[in-house]
Amino acid sequence: MAKRSIIPFGPQHPVLPEPVHLDLVLEDETVVGAIPSIGYIHRGLEKLVEKKDFKQYVYVAERVCGICSCGHGMGYCEAVEQVMEIEVPARARYLRTIWMEMSRVHSHLLWLGLLADAMGFESLFMESWRLREKILDMFDATTGGRIIFSVNCVGGTLKDMDRDMLAGICRAADEIEQEIHPVMETFLRDYSVQSRLKGLGVLKKDDAVLLGAVGPMLRASGEAYDVRMLGYEAYGDLDVEPVTAQDGDCYSRCRVRLYEILQSLRLIRQAAEKIPDGEIAVPVKGNPKGEYFARIEQPRGEAIYYVKGNGTKNLDRFRLRTPTTSNIPPMVELLKGCQLADVPLIILTIDPCISCTER
Amino acid sequence: MLEDAKMLTFARTALKNLFSRPATVGYPYEPAKFPQRMRGHIEIQTENCIRCGLCMRSCPPGAIRVDKAAGTWTINRFDCIQCGSCAGACPKKCLSLVPGYTEPDYQKKEEVFYLPEKAPAAKPAQTAAKPAETAVSP
Ligand code: SF4
Ligand code: SF4
Repeated sequence: MAKRSIIPFGPQHPVLPEPVHLDLVLEDETVVGAIPSIGYIHRGLEKLVEKKDFKQYVYVAERVCGICSCGHGMGYCEAVEQVMEIEVPARARYLRTIWMEMSRVHSHLLWLGLLADAMGFESLFMESWRLREKILDMFDATTGGRIIFSVNCVGGTLKDMDRDMLAGICRAADEIEQEIHPVMETFLRDYSVQSRLKGLGVLKKDDAVLLGAVGPMLRASGEAYDVRMLGYEAYGDLDVEPVTAQDGDCYSRCRVRLYEILQSLRLIRQAAEKIPDGEIAVPVKGNPKGEYFARIEQPRGEAIYYVKGNGTKNLDRFRLRTPTTSNIPPMVELLKGCQLADVPLIILTIDPCISCTER
Repeated sequence: MLEDAKMLTFARTALKNLFSRPATVGYPYEPAKFPQRMRGHIEIQTENCIRCGLCMRSCPPGAIRVDKAAGTWTINRFDCIQCGSCAGACPKKCLSLVPGYTEPDYQKKEEVFYLPEKAPAAKPAQTAAKPAETAVSP
């Protein structure tokens, strides 16, 4: 047996956008074990529900993460709305759905850029982020922010979109759909990309289910599970089909995310077409009393929002389980048996968001 | 395994990008364009303010301070997260989020606005709306 050695990986590493630390147990160049540890950016945001009233907390919830900010605000609002039995107006549900799908596009494009960067494919990285700018500009025009949107409130949304804005979003969606072709072609067909991604970090379907993988990570292993199928917000009125791949390797995870971008663009156009007129918010009276688990599909996978109210303006408890929390166990499993040089890429393909995880 | 792999798939796009206009704005040599809805910073129309303090209570990070006795409305722009909660809470609609970022600084400064006397005098609105003084927070 080769001699075992332990190599620390992270929290600062060129490929990691956020700090996570791993102790990699190596036999020569092969990883035989990985022990993850987090805790570098814990901010105690869940605890803040005791200080901020439940309406103010929406602004805190969406600051849990810079990329999934729309979803965090929305998931929290949905949980509170269910506790308070508030019926959100149809228009607000559609608006939330549109913003949520735009978030997915920008999150996946960001990830694709990071993946290209991790492979050293700089021009592909820049092109992915150039496309992402179009979505960010539309966010800026419709919500007033590029990353933090502050559009969700308990009872609906704070901002409406007029016809021009909806048309602008559809135009941006069309442009991205056209211009993403060379990017997709490169990620899916290019020799260098394929030789870097194919067959690397294979997660079998049974293992994915057993270890609790969520989101694109789970779907890339062939399990057609997508929380949007539950039909929350306006998803019930739209055609949502989970995008899946079969191989469960890094290439499949990339492929699933690429096709999810196209799916989201389609959903945006569909929602913009079907959006009904009417109110965007209902007035909220009283305080939440009771508890609720809300589940939504974030770009990185299923997120769970637990809210417990006691009848005062401060909640008793808010708990957020982010997709990365669920994806860390399968990631550790994937690392076993891989080469040291492949570790950064495998970690990247779970699309880790450590800030969300630590809250 | 790599049966349908192609070489140089991205070369065309890369070359096209090399010879086309930059996708970014050449800020600060070119002015940045802000959309109308941009949540840049908070502005107050002091002449309408009734000193109710609702904005102060609704502000999640506690960036606003309303002093009824002294007649001042103070904002710490470095604490403000541009959420717009105060603008929604104000009964007189005298707060608004307007485009344009605030300037960076090496100290956290507060901006103090003096509110006009309760019975609104016939003061010119423009001078009242200007920040009267900037104080350094402790
Ligand atoms: S915009 Fe938000 S953070 Fe800024 S002063 Fe108003 S309530 Fe406070
Ligand atoms: S809520 Fe409006 S009226 Fe009341 S103190 Fe604040 S700015 Fe003045």
